[in-house]
Formats: sequence, C-alpha cells, structure tokens
Amino acid sequence: MGEMMSKVKVSTTINGDPVEYLCDAEETLLDVLRDHLGLTGAKEGCGTGDCGACSVVVDGRVVCSCLVLGAEAEGRKVTTVEGLATGDRLHPLQQKFLEFAALQCGVCTPGFLVAAKALLDRNPDPTETEIRFGLAGNLCRCTGYDKIVRAVQAAAAEMRKG
Amino acid sequence: MPLDATIDPATHKFALVGTRPLRPDGIDKVTGRARFGADASAPGMLVGKILRSPHAHARIRAIDTSKAAKLPGVKAIVTRADFKEGDPGLRDVLHNVMARDKALYDGHAVAAVAATSAAVARKALKLIRVDYEILPHVTDVDEAMKPGAPVLHADMITANVEPAPKKASNIASRCEFGHGDPEIGFKQADLVIARSFKTEATHQGYIEPHACLASVGSDGQGELWVCTQGHYMVRNQCASLLGMDVSKLRVTASEIGGGFGGKTTVFIEPVALALSRKAGRPVKLVMSREEVFRASGPTSSASMDVKIGVTKDGRITAGTAEIRFQGGAFAGSPVEFGAMSAFACYDLEHVKTVGYDVVTNRPKQAAYRAPGAPMVAFAVESVLDELAKKIGMDPIELRLKNAAKEGTRSSYGPKYKRIGLIECLEAARRHPHYKAPLGPNQGRGIAAGFWFNFGGQTCVSLNVNVDGTVALAVGTPDIGGSRASMCLIAAEELGIGYEQVRAIVADTSSLGYNDISEGSRVTFSTGLAVIQAARDATAKLCARAAKTWGIAPDAVVWEKGYAKPASPNAGSFAPLSLADIAKTAGSTGGPIAGHCEVNAEGAGVSFAVHMTDAEVDRETGRVEIKRYTVVQDAGKAIHPSYVEGQYQGGAAQGIGWAINEEYVYGRDGRLQNPGFLDYRIPVASDLPMIDTVIVETPNPGHPYGVRGVGETSIVPPLAAVANAVSAAAGVRLSELPMAPPRVLAAIDAAASRRS
Repeated sequence: MGEMMSKVKVSTTINGDPVEYLCDAEETLLDVLRDHLGLTGAKEGCGTGDCGACSVVVDGRVVCSCLVLGAEAEGRKVTTVEGLATGDRLHPLQQKFLEFAALQCGVCTPGFLVAAKALLDRNPDPTETEIRFGLAGNLCRCTGYDKIVRAVQAAAAEMRKG
Repeated sequence: MPLDATIDPATHKFALVGTRPLRPDGIDKVTGRARFGADASAPGMLVGKILRSPHAHARIRAIDTSKAAKLPGVKAIVTRADFKEGDPGLRDVLHNVMARDKALYDGHAVAAVAATSAAVARKALKLIRVDYEILPHVTDVDEAMKPGAPVLHADMITANVEPAPKKASNIASRCEFGHGDPEIGFKQADLVIARSFKTEATHQGYIEPHACLASVGSDGQGELWVCTQGHYMVRNQCASLLGMDVSKLRVTASEIGGGFGGKTTVFIEPVALALSRKAGRPVKLVMSREEVFRASGPTSSASMDVKIGVTKDGRITAGTAEIRFQGGAFAGSPVEFGAMSAFACYDLEHVKTVGYDVVTNRPKQAAYRAPGAPMVAFAVESVLDELAKKIGMDPIELRLKNAAKEGTRSSYGPKYKRIGLIECLEAARRHPHYKAPLGPNQGRGIAAGFWFNFGGQTCVSLNVNVDGTVALAVGTPDIGGSRASMCLIAAEELGIGYEQVRAIVADTSSLGYNDISEGSRVTFSTGLAVIQAARDATAKLCARAAKTWGIAPDAVVWEKGYAKPASPNAGSFAPLSLADIAKTAGSTGGPIAGHCEVNAEGAGVSFAVHMTDAEVDRETGRVEIKRYTVVQDAGKAIHPSYVEGQYQGGAAQGIGWAINEEYVYGRDGRLQNPGFLDYRIPVASDLPMIDTVIVETPNPGHPYGVRGVGETSIVPPLAAVANAVSAAAGVRLSELPMAPPRVLAAIDAAASRRS
C-alpha cells in the first residue's frame, strides 16, 4: 500500500507563503501540516470531523483538515492558526482569548481561533446565538464555552472599531 | 501549613493574589506554538500502533506475529510475552496495558507494532493472528452482581465481607460508612422516601487523545515525552513494568490537552517504551479517538438505592444509600468516594451508606473529576428535592436546615473544620436567578455538592536569577492555568512583579517527586510549597543583606520586595531589593534559591450549590438548559478567572452527563458509540452563559486560605439538572442521561398513570 504508491506533488499557499510538498495519496491535509511541514498548531482530536481541533481555512472556507486530502490543497490558499498573528502582533481574537481566559488546556484553541476568525470575516457583528452556532463545530471540554463566547464578542467589537 | 496568622483572608490586602493577569503560557497556546503530546518528533522516529480485542470477553489461546514481523518496515512487535509479571501492586495496571490470558473488554490491547510509517504499522496489525475463544460477557452492574453472571476473574473473592465468600464473583469489595442507627431515625420521620437511580458511564472527553514519544537506548536509559497529569507516576509505573531503574527513565510532561482525571494512569506509555527498547529507535504512539473511548478510562456506571426521612419542619432524621458501581474489568471503581460523599453536605444523627465495587467487561474506569461523587449526589439530591416538594418547603431552606458546618461530624467520619456550605446556600438564595420568573414548560432545579480535595507530595524549586527575575520549577502538570497562579503566589511572597517570575513544569530528573495533578490539589499544595520555597529564598536574601551590612541575619526582615533592618537598633541601611541582592550573589555566597519538599496536609473540603432552569419539549422530550448559576467556595481565589473557568467547565461536563452522554453497549458487548458524533458532548449552541459566584470561606489548612476548586463543580449538576427537568416535565427522572426518548417515555408514562 503506502510504500508502494508514488507520492503526489502539491504546490499550494500556506499562510501567504508558497509551499511545495510530496504526500501519499491517502494522507490528509492535517497529516501534511503536522508531519511534513511542522505546522503542529492544528490538532487531531478525533480524525472524523467531529471536534474541529484541526480547523483550517481553505480558500475562505473553514474545513476540518482531517477530512481534506493533502493532495486537494493543490493551487489553494490555506490559513492555519500559525498565520493569524502578524509578526509579534496578535490578532484581536488571540488577544481577547488571553484577556478573557478563554482557554484552559488550550488544545482546542487553535481550531476555535480559526473558526472564529472565519465567522467574524463573514459576520462582523454576530449575536450570542450566532456565535454559539457558528462555533458549534468546535468542541471544548474545559471552559463550558462562556469565556470563549465573551472573547469572540469582545474581539468582534474591537475589530468593528477598526 | 496552617492559615498564616499574619493574614486574615477576609481583610488582608494582597498585592497580586486575586488579580487576573494573562497566563504565562498564553501566547504559545493562541499561536499554535505550544507543544502537546502528539506534537513532538525525534530523528529516526517510528510509528507505534496497538492491536485491540474486538471481543468483550475472550480467552487468548495464541498470538502469531510471524507474518507481521516479515512485513518490510516493521521494526518491533510486542505482546504479553514482552511484559513480565512484577510488582503485585501494579498487576491490574499491567494487565490493562496488555491483555494476559484473557481479553476482558472490547478494546483491550493484545499486541503492538512499531514501523517506519503509520500505513505500514496499520498493515502489520492486520497480519497479526490472535486465536480467541469467545466467552460470555456482562456489561451492566446489576447483571454482573447476579449469581450465574459470567465471572471475569476466577480469583476474585469479595473483600470486606464476613465470612468471606467461598466462590469467586464480580464483586471486588464491599464498603460501609456512617454513624447512628438509621432505623431509629426513620421512625422519627414524618415522611420517608426511598427511590432507585441509575447513571450510565461517561467519558472524561479531553480533546487531546493520549500521546507519547518514547526513546530507550541500548544502555537501558530512556526518555519519555507524554501528555499526563502526573509524569512522576508515569516514570515510576513504567520503570517498574519494564524492569528499569527509576533513575534511568526521564519523563517530560508535554502541554496537556485536558485530563479531568483520565490521564492519571498509564495506558500506551509502557507499550511505547517496550517497542522503542526492542527497536532501538524512538517510537511515537498516539491513540485514535476510537481507542480513547474503547480503551481509556470512562467513569463508572452506577445503580443506587437512597432512602431519606424528614420531619414536617424539614429536619432530616436519617439517610441511607446502597450504591453499586461497575468500574470496568478491574477492581477499583470510586465506590468508596461515592459512599463517603453521599451525605457529606448534611449534619445527620443517623446515616449509613454501603458500596459495592463491581467488575464488568468494560474498559477499566479512570478517575473523572470528583470520582464517584456526582452520581451519588444525583440520587441523594433528587430525593431531597422530592421531600422538599412534599412537605412544602423551599429546597434551599431544607438544605440550610440540615447543612453541615464547622464542628459537624461528617457522614464519613471526621469532624469538619471551617467550611462554606451555608455561605454557598445563602449566596444562591440571594442570587437574582433564584427569583427570576420561569417560562412555560420550564422548571428550576437546585442541588448541593461536596468534594474532599487532596494535598499530597509536592516539591518546588525557586531560583533567583542574576537580574532579579525568578525561575520557578514545579512538578505538577498545568491542566488549567496553574502556572499563572503559581507565578502570582511567588511574586506576592517575594514582593516583585508577576512578569518577573517564570514558572515551568520540570521533568522528573530535574526536581524531586510530585504527586499527580489530581484531587484539586495543585493550587492548594503546589501553591503552599511555592509560598514555603519563596519564604526559604527570602530568608537567604535577608542573610545576604545582613552579610553585606555586617549585621546579624535575624536583624534583617523581608518587606514588599526589600531586605530592611528589622529595627532602628539593627542599624541604618538603605533597603536592598531582590535585584540588588541577586546582582552581587556571586560575591556574597553564591546562587540563591528557595526549596520546599512537603507532604501537604490540610486540604480543606469544598462545597458548591448549583441552580439551573431547564425547558422540556413535551412533544419530543428534548431538554434545553436555559440558565445556569454556580456558587462555590474557593477558600481564596488566587486567579479568579481560572477559578470561574473551573466552575463553568465542571458545570458543562455535568450538564452533558445529565442530558446526553452515555456509553452504549450492544448485545455483543461492543461499545456502539466510540466517537464524538455518537457520544455527543455539549457544544457551544447547547449551553447558555454559566454565571458564577465565588464564595471565599478560608481553609484553615493553607496560609492564604486556599481550597481546591477543580472537582466540586461537577458534583451538583447531575442533580440540579434532574431536579429542573423533573419540575418542568412534571415527573421524576431517575435515570441518566435524560435523553429525549427517556424524557418522553417518562412524560407519557405519567400521563397514562393520570388517565
């Protein structure tokens, strides 16, 4: 199987940088990010698209990178949690997650940040209900979501101020 | 270490304790830089995979690995033959890590491979032939206790029963707690209610699956990187199971993606080390989510009978409970904690609880946040709710009339020191939530909860750096922001800024032994050790100042970050800051460090009161949680944001347990829902905001009055939600989870009883 197959060559853009890699046809985008490119911010919590810990944005859409093949990234634009901050300047969501103590263990945090950014890109002024449903694909077992929702509300308010 | 006589927590003005600074590991965790269990790699690393039994109960006649061994890329295979019987105290741990003569549950490990890629490792697992003789199985606790049930262990004779049974059974042990004579108490009651309850097993549900990276050289020295709540426990158990010297195994705790008690034992770590030793290369082993559900610790399922008597004016005259926990394939369910905690909230003259620890063909249970207490609180607090309704008394008033207080003899034996249950009940009664109007089909439930809390073995080092900053090394993995709290405490004691202290979780070779991050013990006991280590350091700083000034060390005091002469008699010298003294340490006697090694006692027990409003859809049976408030005693909140986080997280887990989560077994004894799609934990759209009230009733056993807060928060929610749902549905729900089919059936049954 794996060792007999020839690798697929992929050219893509990750966090704004051109990237080329070889992957097995069966490898997921998450495998490629974590095992080949050293981008371990996205986590594998389930491998079945149920927890959102591996969330990345592909061409403007949030996806579970465990459900996307590495080969499918050809020619696309991928954003991971590693691409949210600009140099040493945090994205407002990252800053508000810290200020509101919206993480305890922090393993779901990269997925939440990626999903929340995509939500606010679509809808800069979401209601609490819209935030809760917008983030319903991301599981957090530590916080009960209260502080996460408040952090997203605060980040949205700050981003609206510009 | 008792409450500091110089500090009255009610009035003391702390400089930093009680503030909410950003956590020191925060930037790493919002940028993806933090390294968790599966985020490490090593040169030459192999991938490990585990073969697991598809049968609930089967004798393993033979394991043939010859075909798998010939597959190119396979570098090592281990089976039961690679793990020798050793320490009898770790026998069950060993047999859970790798099955011996029998596979005892669906998911039990039977073999493992290390290969050059995940694809090769998966292929190799398929080439291993296991010859199973399938045996009858049992997964329900009441079924497992019946005569004639399939017996898991031929040598299991129920402990603590006189005379000892002659025949083996699935009942590992019996326990009993209490005082007085409940029969007398029940005779004094105006109303006695007896009810039976059942709860299903739930999983801790941490988002990070178990993961480790093991490397053992041919010299027998090993390194292990692992996500765990206790890396010293991992070191000691793995060294014992593999026949290594403890000193030859260095374990580093990665960032940990949730544990809740589930990462307080070993599963894959000894397997990864054994594979690495055999292959001579590093091996990374990561559980899939399915493996986490099938083979790591869920909590016990429970079957319980509770009986409580009250007078018309609301005095509880007696309470009894018989509780039966199945804890999976090995002895050790938390039934004793359940039996001890059942009536711990109340001041009772007559109380008795009996518990049975039962084995079944399920994965061995692991601790889950206040292990044993939530299910028993569900039963007891449900009966109290029903009693309050029947005698026409407010449910908080009923609890206040019977609440345990300082001096109360607890239902499990010891007398309470200062505790905060009454304060919590009164705060709940004052809360606007308690008087808010309810909508149609809504009900309000309240419940109280108790947890013991723990202290334990703790070792801390605090190094004063040359520039006046401080390096703090602790040995308790940070599972919820504890490094922030430890930095606050060290800075408070030293009189320096929070940002000047950097806390790390040291590896097992760099710091003395520490017990696991469990039992809500870290802020209490590591915090206590940080205080002592800081005071050890300030004594040394004072001695250096004394040397500089040429006066006696006891003529110098430490105040707000400065060494000062104790009195004008000691001489007149300009105060020296920590940074001043640190700068010249090399010429005044060398490095300055404070240490503490302690077996911390005095962890104060803690209480919580939860209230919630539930809405029931009478057509579908669906329950929606509309509002939720947590009131809990923290003793003293070091970093209030993370205290609130513990309150909210425990409540959310409890809500999931109450209305949705359960292990579902088929008739074949296989787990039917080993994934987050079918084992559904609460998501953001399932929950409301969770309001919190931090009560601070100082713990007399800690210098600042701290009590652990991590576990108590999951004790009341099962009962609070059940009481709310029962009120909304108009019928008592006595089995969890209260999923739509069960709620609908209860509503329909009540309607047909009425008609």
